[in-house]
Amino acid sequence: MEDTGSIVAFWLLAALTLGSALAVVLIRDLIRAVVLLITSFLGVAGLYITLSADFVAVVQVLIYVGAISVLMLFAIMLTPRAGRNNAETFFRIPGILLAGLMAFTISLVSLDTDWAVVERGGFEETASAIGEALLDKYVLPFELAAVLLLVAMLGAILLVHPEGTDEE
Amino acid sequence: MPFLAKWYDLRDLGNAVGAFLDWIRDLGGPDWIPYVVSGLIGIVAILLWLLVSQLAFIWIERRVIGRMQARIGPNRVGPWGLLQPIADALKLLLKEAITNRYADKPLFWLGPVLIFIPALVVFAVIPFGEGMSLADLNVGVLFVIAITSINSIAIFISGWASNNKFALLGSMRAIAMLISYELVQAFALLGVVIFAGSMRLGDIVAWQSEFNTWMFLLQPLALVAFLIASAVEINRSPMDISEAESEIVAGYHTEYSGIKFGFFYAAEYFAGFAVSAIVVTLFLGGWTAFGLERWVPGWLIFLSKLYLVFFLFIWTRGTLPRLRIDQLMAFSWKFLLELLFIHILVVGAEVLIWHEGDYPAVVVLPIFAVINWTLAVALVVGWATFMGHLRPERRAKRAVLTQELGATYFRPAGGHGTGPMGEA
Amino acid sequence: MAIELEHYLILGALLFSIGLYMALAKRNFVGVLMGIEMMFNAVNLTFIAFSRFPRFADMTDAERLSGHVFVIFVITVAAAEAAVALALAMLVYRNRETIDVDRMDLLKW
Repeated sequence: MEDTGSIVAFWLLAALTLGSALAVVLIRDLIRAVVLLITSFLGVAGLYITLSADFVAVVQVLIYVGAISVLMLFAIMLTPRAGRNNAETFFRIPGILLAGLMAFTISLVSLDTDWAVVERGGFEETASAIGEALLDKYVLPFELAAVLLLVAMLGAILLVHPEGTDEE
Repeated sequence: MPFLAKWYDLRDLGNAVGAFLDWIRDLGGPDWIPYVVSGLIGIVAILLWLLVSQLAFIWIERRVIGRMQARIGPNRVGPWGLLQPIADALKLLLKEAITNRYADKPLFWLGPVLIFIPALVVFAVIPFGEGMSLADLNVGVLFVIAITSINSIAIFISGWASNNKFALLGSMRAIAMLISYELVQAFALLGVVIFAGSMRLGDIVAWQSEFNTWMFLLQPLALVAFLIASAVEINRSPMDISEAESEIVAGYHTEYSGIKFGFFYAAEYFAGFAVSAIVVTLFLGGWTAFGLERWVPGWLIFLSKLYLVFFLFIWTRGTLPRLRIDQLMAFSWKFLLELLFIHILVVGAEVLIWHEGDYPAVVVLPIFAVINWTLAVALVVGWATFMGHLRPERRAKRAVLTQELGATYFRPAGGHGTGPMGEA
Repeated sequence: MAIELEHYLILGALLFSIGLYMALAKRNFVGVLMGIEMMFNAVNLTFIAFSRFPRFADMTDAERLSGHVFVIFVITVAAAEAAVALALAMLVYRNRETIDVDRMDLLKW
């Protein structure tokens, strides 16, 4: 990717993603943290678009921004007396060390490895190919994912359903 | 376009833009300039059109609703009150935008800004005429659904940041409602995508034009479900429980005043136009009208259809009373979704039969239309009859209190009626 | 400077580390969950990057899109996981009136 547009887009989106991710860590108010997390998710969606993954980008916006963030907001709102402080525990220093080590190692490995990339360009369009793959090669995982979602939904309902409030 | 594709050919405004872009390209300079310029032209044109339409429709809506409610409506500012929207806009601009002392200030400011995003960005994929769309994405339909889901975040933020119980109640209601009806929206559009075989909005319009049909003739149930879900999405009566004036002041924008309130007000209209544009594109043939587009500019056909659909929303607002929140939620989860599941199943089977058998469209499509119309009527009537939705709930849940107070209480004729929630 | 595979990998590594730190060190349950989602995002980003920059010249487009398919599955599982995790948080809150992970220490005694 050598055209000016993708380079500018990459750096802007990378700054948006990492900047808001860092802000999520640093900020204390949980609701603001979720809002910044949404910005980070949107940045990742933009990065998918620079990688010509349009379908995945749209799915990212739909599920992470539209569903998971809303779930988090609900969870924060439904636990009113729990405190909306997003502070760290005493694992702060080990956490920083471990995360730093992780970032360092992965970056080093990815820089050191000769990836031998063949430049193939972006995809023309991905949606129909992904659809065919999902219903052909990956049909079993697809069905399992559907079952998993159903089970997760039922489990979540069962868990939070207050006992003794069944009308029937 | 067969002939006369010069810049003065008004049937496709893209010609004029194209000529302008050629001129810029001839001037030289980096090759990204034409892209940026064409994007800017599109954005400015869409914004201008939206603002003008909004001003016009504020007046039309108030006059029409006034007529429906047997009153006159705005009639003081200018002839027939025509300048009323402008006076309103000036008033909103000049009023003080109060920020509540205990508000979460950055989020309070972010809410009205964020609410504009879904309403405006949706127009990027709408084809206003042949080739007249800003970005005809090949995942257009999914993009529309994804972008409108940002709406719930914006509403939540503004309700939360206000630090007001009515605002929070309103935003809770709004999110519960939006999430339920997002599914309905997605499933309604899924049927269209299955038939057209593409998620690109331009392709769906082309499909309807190719087979000389409009999608709502083939899938009436999807159109009805989508219209209801869109009315929820854009917070219009009878689905405006998230800002029900008579219950929770003004819902999530209770604390907003001045131009910030104006933003919410404008975004509501923009979202209304956006939703109408999607309905027109997907269900009503977009910029085509059975060959009329050869004589009349496509964008003119598109806009007139769009205004008709928006008028439908105004009409429902003037006609129907507001629903209760449990009724609205039950309607989504216990009625619309089930019907749409069956609808999707039938539509999928039809497309399979059509493509496997390789039948000519002229024969197959009318049969499908008949099947789907019968199915839609049968499903609605049947489901309503057997699941107890036919009769609206006539009495409040806690009628006992009414009796204790000494009021007369009528048991509905014919013994026990079951309401949508299933209580006797 | 052209954008290569390494750019995306390092970006993914940084995002993953931020998520890891949040999952390890945050006190609030929702904070931990945010970290986990961030790690999912980082991994997804590397998947998509590898599918955009393949190693073999004879890969068909369908084979390259396996990365996308995997990302779809990851997002699905993430959604399911978020729903169940937040339900658990609600349950814990109902019993303990807190969702701070360092105060869920009943098993210590």
